[in-house]
Amino acid sequence: MINRHLTRDRLLLAAFALLILCTGIFVENYYYLQMLTFIGINTLLALGLNMLMGYAGQISLGHAAFYGIGAYGTAIMTVHWHLSPWIALPGTILTAMLVAYIVGIPTLKLSGYYLGMGTLGFGMIVNIIFREWSSVTGGASGFVGIPTLELGPVSFASGRSYFFLVWGFVILSFIICHRIIDSRIGRALRAIHDGEKAAAAVGVDTAKLKLQVFVLSAAFAALAGFLYAHMVFFISPETFSFISSIRMVTMVVIGGMASIWGSLLGASLLTLLPEWLQAFSEFEMVVYGLILMIVMIFLPRGLTRGLLDIYERALKK
Amino acid sequence: MTQHPPLLRIENVYKAFGGVQALNDITFSLSSGSITGLIGPNGAGKTTLFNLISGVFPADKGRIVFDGADIRNKKSHLLVGLGIARTFQNVELFETMTVLENILVGQYTRTRCGMWGSILRFPWISAEEKNSHRIASEILDFVGLSQYADHTSSDLPFGWQRLLEIARALASGPKLLLLDEPAAGLNIVETLKLGDLIRKIRDQDITVLLVEHDMSLTMEISDQIVVLDQGKKSPKAPPGPSRKMKR
Repeated sequence: MINRHLTRDRLLLAAFALLILCTGIFVENYYYLQMLTFIGINTLLALGLNMLMGYAGQISLGHAAFYGIGAYGTAIMTVHWHLSPWIALPGTILTAMLVAYIVGIPTLKLSGYYLGMGTLGFGMIVNIIFREWSSVTGGASGFVGIPTLELGPVSFASGRSYFFLVWGFVILSFIICHRIIDSRIGRALRAIHDGEKAAAAVGVDTAKLKLQVFVLSAAFAALAGFLYAHMVFFISPETFSFISSIRMVTMVVIGGMASIWGSLLGASLLTLLPEWLQAFSEFEMVVYGLILMIVMIFLPRGLTRGLLDIYERALKK
Repeated sequence: MTQHPPLLRIENVYKAFGGVQALNDITFSLSSGSITGLIGPNGAGKTTLFNLISGVFPADKGRIVFDGADIRNKKSHLLVGLGIARTFQNVELFETMTVLENILVGQYTRTRCGMWGSILRFPWISAEEKNSHRIASEILDFVGLSQYADHTSSDLPFGWQRLLEIARALASGPKLLLLDEPAAGLNIVETLKLGDLIRKIRDQDITVLLVEHDMSLTMEISDQIVVLDQGKKSPKAPPGPSRKMKR
């Protein structure tokens, strides 16, 4: 029973990796490759947040802070400190994890709405630091001149190589998350989601585990921030504002809570929709909001679960 | 039951909530391998006492000695590791998880795999998983829920949810099992079966403390009865257990 599940998941992941490979080889259009790369970065954000929200049931409305720490972290380390980006990568991830650890200890004692407010406040403080600490971050006008990634003879300047780099990280992250979910820790996280009192009563150290998964999701967000910064070479505080945090939450909810593939679907939809909707010009945001509302009304458990339900119903007929 | 040393001793325990003295100088002990029934009217402090023993909140005064160690200030999740498991008055299952997964989470304190372990999949972890699944299927056999292992726990009928909650508590390998009104909401047949199950649990050398309103069940299975009334232990001894257990 369990083994069959495992094989199915492995096959799915292998098929997905193959799809990525083919896409990367055969898509020629630079614009499409760039959109797909953005989807990859957003998938990393949604995946990390999904571990926290979908599995452990703890909301964060300040995750753009960790995304920003990843981006500004590598900008500062590579431009100001002249470090190699490959040293900056673990550097920024560890920084984000440390910040998450320090912030998480008091914040994760809150629950429900209060946790939402706490993380919201944290996100805003970090955004103000990006905006106001001009000498280091470039302030409101942004940070220019972030270097291209290079690894020996390979330069990640072109659309194609960067596409492979980002989606390589996505697949690695999928494997990591899948392994966590399918373990003692993953079961304990879902137990916390279903009932914290009962989880403590079976011996789960809920405070410790919530903190661990918060730190983990911060690491994913920082990785996404790093990849974003070295893709666009220019970052500004708006990208990491409150709106960005909300967008991440939306990706998780629309795609499907507690689903790895849901993160991918949610990230794809929220990356592509604004592009498609440009045809509506000034009504863009109205249509965008409307589509999100319709999805939530008809598929309240997210796209993944909703599509599966439709598929299963079709099979029965 | 004097041949066994006490597993749990409650010594002069007090607990107040605001101005209400919920527990007032409670003293009693549980001998190892016995079933103790805790009875009394609503508001007598039975659930408060349960919460003290299982570490939900600490006692104001007095000692709670379990297996030779004072556990008065220990947190819930640590007590499970020491061997105290409990169920709740209103069944608290992990509702989105399957019956099997509930039992696997129940083994949390007996297993070691952490965050890094789960990512790196060391060889000993798959052995641990296999062992967990083996123990889980034994426990499901024990309570008679094996054939529902893959059902979502919230889909089970209420009586079976109660059984599952007890099974989940057993999965931690406890020395002391606290059952908070296990027969509430069960019909007569289910209650009889529950009584048999509790005896079977006691025969596995697990000490049982139960709060129960169903007097016939309590009288039938308990080796000792403790009566609480308005936060005090009532000196009035209830009619002795109808039949002494042969051990």
